[in-house]
Amino acid sequence: MSRPELVAPPEIYYGDIEAKKYTTNTRNQQIQADMTYRALELLNLPPDEPAYLLDIGCGSGLSGEILDEEGYVWAGVDIAPSMLEVALEREVEGDLFLQDIGQGFGFRPGSFDGAISISVLQWLLNAETSHPTSSPPHRLTRFFTTLHSSLRNPSRAVFQFYPSSDDQIQLITSIAQKAGFGGGIVVDYPNSKKARKVFLCLYVGGGGGAQQLPQGLDGEEVEDDGKARFERRRAREKTKSGKRKNLKDRDWILQKKELYRKRGKEGVPKDSKFTGRKRRPVF
Amino acid sequence: MVRLITHNLLACHVKGCTSNNFPLEFKDVQVVVRQSEFNPDFLRGFIAKIEWTALVGAARELGDTSLPEMQPETLDDDFLHTLHHVLLEIHVEEGVMICPNCKHNYPISSGIPNMLLAEHEIG
Repeated sequence: MSRPELVAPPEIYYGDIEAKKYTTNTRNQQIQADMTYRALELLNLPPDEPAYLLDIGCGSGLSGEILDEEGYVWAGVDIAPSMLEVALEREVEGDLFLQDIGQGFGFRPGSFDGAISISVLQWLLNAETSHPTSSPPHRLTRFFTTLHSSLRNPSRAVFQFYPSSDDQIQLITSIAQKAGFGGGIVVDYPNSKKARKVFLCLYVGGGGGAQQLPQGLDGEEVEDDGKARFERRRAREKTKSGKRKNLKDRDWILQKKELYRKRGKEGVPKDSKFTGRKRRPVF
Repeated sequence: MVRLITHNLLACHVKGCTSNNFPLEFKDVQVVVRQSEFNPDFLRGFIAKIEWTALVGAARELGDTSLPEMQPETLDDDFLHTLHHVLLEIHVEEGVMICPNCKHNYPISSGIPNMLLAEHEIG
């Protein structure tokens, strides 16, 4: 399956049906929640200080819910009306805006204490029309410059996104730097195909010394319980001797035969005391 | 859910509209009041960001005159409660926000303002 951003622009891709699907999918919910927590961690806000955050591409409020739980006041912007509708139904606390982030923000300077954005930036990398204001570099420039001015000094913005090539990362970071941001890319689980996550950590203002870019998580995909997630396969029981228990035991055979009889299959052998018994090498 | 907290941060972002583009004026509004949790620490932190005259003006437009004309020096509990009500409990559900400079209309429907611009308005 190709990436959704290659299929259609976001406001069309996330129509009513897709928005519902996306929000009710528990796997999506889990992934979004994990990434939101990680983004908040990278945001490194001072504790015990209720902050006002911007959720860029808030969608149906999956990440916003986490912000609510953590006690932040937030505002969210998204371009897909269907997603926002779902967010309204879910009664999230934040203020929602229907806005194209590629057109820039109109917030007053210093409005927000931080910004997070989960799985959004890649949507800015495709041109929808040939108009000059619709080219990715132009939209990114507009986005980063207006975002930079609407953030407080010092503060941070953390973006999780799915780049499809190094060129895209290069493009995004260079434009962000031109817009005045410091910082760079943090990659979690760089050697894993599944758990690899790319975060763009941007800083507004240095606050004296240069801010240290946080380390990406490393090592094996150690997810919280140490197990691969979503594994539903039945583990085969082992007997004491370490041998696998035969799954096709007497009960199973009887059940199968019963089934065949019910279906009217001819020539099903009769049940007897020999059913399911092993044939000894010597009679 | 346009609350005055966001309205107070919102300026017009149409191309070339850089001065006198704040605050946006309300028109034909329907207001709903919803209770929310009182958080004095957040308000104390947030008060520095508020454009006071714009907030008082917007609150008057919506028919709430509980805020004083001048920002008080001391933040007592009564004042914080009033501020909380004005900032976080008054929701504009339907209506239009109009930029005082370029007269661009931002329609609000079911609490969500439409901030999309036409192609020629993008900066």
